[in-house]
Amino acid sequence: MRYSAFQIVRQALRGHQGWPRAWGEATAKPRYDAIVIGAGGHGLATAYYLGRNHGVRNVAILEKGWLGGGNTGRNTTIIRSNYLQDPSAAIYEKSRSLYETLSQELNYNIMFSPRGVMMLAQTEHEVRGYRRTAHANALQEVQTEFITPERVKELCPIIETRGPRYPVLGALWQARGGTARHDAVAWGYARGCAEMGMDVIQQCEVTGIRSANGKVKGVTTTKGEIDCDKLAIVVAGHSGVLAEMAGFRLPIESLALQALVSEPIKPCMDVVVMANTVHGYMSQSDKGEMVIGGGADGYNNYTQRGSFHHIEETVRALIETFPMISRLKMLRMWGGIVDMTGDRSPIISKTPMENVFINCGWGTGGFKAIPGSGWATAEMVAKGAPGALAAEFGLDRFREGRFIDESVAAGVAH
Amino acid sequence: MLILTCPYCGVAADETELAPGGEAHLTRAGVESSDEDFEAYLFQRKNPKGVHFERWRHANGCGKWFHAARCTVTNEVFGTYPAQTLEPPKEILDEIVARRPGWTLETGP
Repeated sequence: MRYSAFQIVRQALRGHQGWPRAWGEATAKPRYDAIVIGAGGHGLATAYYLGRNHGVRNVAILEKGWLGGGNTGRNTTIIRSNYLQDPSAAIYEKSRSLYETLSQELNYNIMFSPRGVMMLAQTEHEVRGYRRTAHANALQEVQTEFITPERVKELCPIIETRGPRYPVLGALWQARGGTARHDAVAWGYARGCAEMGMDVIQQCEVTGIRSANGKVKGVTTTKGEIDCDKLAIVVAGHSGVLAEMAGFRLPIESLALQALVSEPIKPCMDVVVMANTVHGYMSQSDKGEMVIGGGADGYNNYTQRGSFHHIEETVRALIETFPMISRLKMLRMWGGIVDMTGDRSPIISKTPMENVFINCGWGTGGFKAIPGSGWATAEMVAKGAPGALAAEFGLDRFREGRFIDESVAAGVAH
Repeated sequence: MLILTCPYCGVAADETELAPGGEAHLTRAGVESSDEDFEAYLFQRKNPKGVHFERWRHANGCGKWFHAARCTVTNEVFGTYPAQTLEPPKEILDEIVARRPGWTLETGP
């Protein structure tokens, strides 16, 4: 069913009894043209663009937990594309531009809010770094600018720009960045996939990957064996576990990254503010909660919890930048498992096993990349080789020393 | 909070007192090695979901590097041991097997 104002009126008159399920309960068929492991944003977007752009519709998306229950449901929903290096700027800008029309594309309101993203420069080094990024962005045709502390105060009056430890010396401002409703992105893509006849199979954990002569044959799951011609592994934090099943290793370490939200308050800031020096970032949700992102753990773990002292450090620093939040009570805190690569850039690549593709390594900043990442991965899966967007993000870049070294992907603030 | 006992000074240290140093027992690949070995040494990591051997430094304490065996899912610590070794000592391995029956040490790269 296509959602519209007419449907809302029609269904209201029928007592809301006629709404169909957004996506059905699927049971696995014995064979698919392509299987995507992981029904988070990236996996669902990959499947969606496989069907929409490349006509591959005999697809299953397997999810060990529930749809969008991993990092897609645990991030701080920031969307921006102000990266330094050309390959990153290209894929993140593609992603941001897809977000702009995603609600119309999916016929599902993802509540994209291009409210503007500001990255504070609180040391002289950051000032130089962000000026350089703004120049690079100008060449990449990504709209950003370096703004003065006065302009920062104008855009976000609750910032204390003259704090003793972390004065605000300027900021990198991307007016077209913003936020979106993270769950809705997953739900919208899942609905789009289901409408194309794809199977979204939840509670179905992949326990093994079967192959013959170095070529993938299918997967073994908790719901039985499923054959496939092509396999895309899109599982973020657990990429290493899946790679081991396929017999290769990744340049990835998994860490817990934390976030927290406060009690809801009246509207007080209508931009996203990131402060990378102090490892904190904050925005206000439509419900009025202050959404705060914190630091990542320094050591490998899969705890989905994280260390308490990171929360303390983040909040301590943010209170100096935003004195008015000091009396706020925090409602919830949580952690997600992020997959970090050595150069803090993602991996969209073929793998040593034929017809197995991997999309991982988005680290602390995957949400903003969902549409672009799905777009690029779908192209790679459909054509068997990465296209222009994904070409630079291959696994071989580590062997060849072709890093995509991201200064603004500082490994924390995304 | 994660607490590790420093095998040198014996202090039970909070993680705020320690600096993590990544996977332990990596074999260093030198200039004579192949591209594959050098890549493996520099970038590829075990990243296990379960028992992990890792390096730590008692940064805000005695300053020395040491090794720890920890479960990456529960943060349970199986033991710590000095850095002057190429592989985990037997008592640490025994402790892991006692708490994780059926676990075996993965050898090779």
